[in-house]
Amino acid sequence: MKELIEEVFVAGYAGADFSGDDSALLRADGGELAFTTDSFVVDPIFFPGGDIGRLAIAGTVNDLLTSAARPIAISASFIIEEGLEIDALRAIAASMRRTAEEAQVGIVTGDTKVVPRGSADKVFITTSGVGVVRRAGVSGGSARCGDKVILTGSVGDHGTAVMLAREKLLDTEAVVSDVAPLVDIVTGLIESGCEVHAMRDPTRGGIASSLNEIASQSQVAVEIDEVRVRVNPAVNAACEALGIEPFFVANEGKMLIFVAAGDAEKALGVVRSRRYGEEAEIVGQVRPGPAGRVTVKTAIGTSRMLAMPSGELLPRIC
Amino acid sequence: MRLSDEFRDPALVRDIAHRIQRFAGMQATIMEVCGTHTMAVARFGLKSLLPAGVSLISGPGCPVCVTDQRDIDRYLALGMQPGVTLACFGDMMRVPGSVTSLERLRAQGADVRVVYSPMDAVEIARAESQREVVFFGVGFETTMPAVALAIKVASDERIGNFSVYCAHKTLPAALGVLLSSDEINISGLLLPGHVTTIIGSGAYDFIADKIGVTCAVAGFEPVDILLAVEAILTRLEQATAAIDNAYPRAVRVEPNSRAAELIGEVFVTCDALWRGLGCIPGSGVALAPKYAAHDACERFAAGLADVPPPKPTTCRCGEVLRGLIRPFECPHFGRTCTPTAPVGPCMVSSEGACAAAHRYEGA
Repeated sequence: MKELIEEVFVAGYAGADFSGDDSALLRADGGELAFTTDSFVVDPIFFPGGDIGRLAIAGTVNDLLTSAARPIAISASFIIEEGLEIDALRAIAASMRRTAEEAQVGIVTGDTKVVPRGSADKVFITTSGVGVVRRAGVSGGSARCGDKVILTGSVGDHGTAVMLAREKLLDTEAVVSDVAPLVDIVTGLIESGCEVHAMRDPTRGGIASSLNEIASQSQVAVEIDEVRVRVNPAVNAACEALGIEPFFVANEGKMLIFVAAGDAEKALGVVRSRRYGEEAEIVGQVRPGPAGRVTVKTAIGTSRMLAMPSGELLPRIC
Repeated sequence: MRLSDEFRDPALVRDIAHRIQRFAGMQATIMEVCGTHTMAVARFGLKSLLPAGVSLISGPGCPVCVTDQRDIDRYLALGMQPGVTLACFGDMMRVPGSVTSLERLRAQGADVRVVYSPMDAVEIARAESQREVVFFGVGFETTMPAVALAIKVASDERIGNFSVYCAHKTLPAALGVLLSSDEINISGLLLPGHVTTIIGSGAYDFIADKIGVTCAVAGFEPVDILLAVEAILTRLEQATAAIDNAYPRAVRVEPNSRAAELIGEVFVTCDALWRGLGCIPGSGVALAPKYAAHDACERFAAGLADVPPPKPTTCRCGEVLRGLIRPFECPHFGRTCTPTAPVGPCMVSSEGACAAAHRYEGA
């Protein structure tokens, strides 16, 4: 996917303006706006802990938050497969409203298309969002040597919940998606005055992908302490069984925050006092080393590399 | 599911690692036969805990990797036939055939489905009786009982549109061939825990008794692996050879009788083609005549006859599988061969030596 984006779209039209961040920054009347867009396809559309509607709003809100922006408006466009039950659509719309209210953002415009059966899978949603940048310079390219890395909670919940629900594997109720808008956490951090340098919501590709992106954008080396990264026992069990590592599995309600070392404890306190941040930990740091390299200090005291994930996660034979 | 935690206990790992240091100065090359061991060794960074003279190399124990190019090409050819649904384990999707891969075949419109169990493929056949569902039977003794059961269920319930392309392999004979060659000097073998759960550690007695190479059966956690390495180094120090069981919570000397019975009923022993090792007598299985109706090679014999022999490539997976070169020594590694654009299976299988090296040790 990364190669596809770089080879086709960046090469095709983005050019030198491509920052690698989740939101684009626009200058307007002396202020700065963050602008982002994302398409959501998920099977099943309702899963333990959420649904495609909540996913669409939270995903777009969180992308704006990574630029330290306060989300102000969202658009929502639907591609609906003919035959989708109207009750399912109503439930999705209600979920979007609730999530938008929680994130204090309005869904202000949208579009709807219905396509013949088989031309889409139930429903696809594209959301775009605009936010007002409250702290300039927060970017995946701004992490600095010495920064501490805060992770706001457990990893792998969303991807595992969806995979178990889709394949009807194991005890599907034991794992619940973490999908949530993280406005409260980011607002708290900005208001605290803590020196936050970079933020990223580790969605597809998990924390492995986001950490590699930031290490590469910022040209720094990152070291993660495996024992500080929380993995829920049921997620761990499912991933062990499938031969998949939780570090590579998607999250939809987590944030990786790179903060100046001197502010790390204070920032951790702020995050932990906010909704969805109660289980936050300092999980790693930016260290001198080869630019772009992410390493993991394992539970048994050895060190290994954490590579950029490639392709879809495929379960193993044995 | 806290079964594995104590076998990852940092203090215990440190203790064993410390004990193993007493073998410093010994020169030993230990082959970890199983791909899951290769992954675990890399994921837990275990090589850094061994004395300088003791090295671990990967062997032929990744089922995806040892599947011969001919079998991959033939299975891909089945997917191009009208009305055929291919069902396979996820590991196989990106393995390159001579001209395409299952992933690319699917993108071109073929019906290729990833299943988690062979029974899922039987269920697809049951639900879609108008389609021919062909499961790719790949894997060692660990995987064979589940495939045997699926074949038996399909036969008992007369699900006639389910068949298996059988490329299963059995390990002991292949290890015998590998150790008997002069290409490489292997001091000891780390035997695969999962496979040995099925076949029993007694199946390897000939390796210690006749070939004189010492072995230890290992589980997949850091403590399991280090204990097995310690057992091998202790035998080397004493200049004796034996089959030690360092995975006693799962493995017995005897085979698992229910699994063996099922395998014995559904399969018959045959010669098998291995990537890198060639044809090894008695190292594979085919469907027993009673189940021939579910044998894809029988059902699609006409279509398979036209599949051309594999094109020669510069892929060096065969040498990696024999322990002759390490992933980094292959000129393709990390350059022309990556997990998204692989030249050979060792780079894409979740148990592949090159995939492990690429993911955990860096390009």
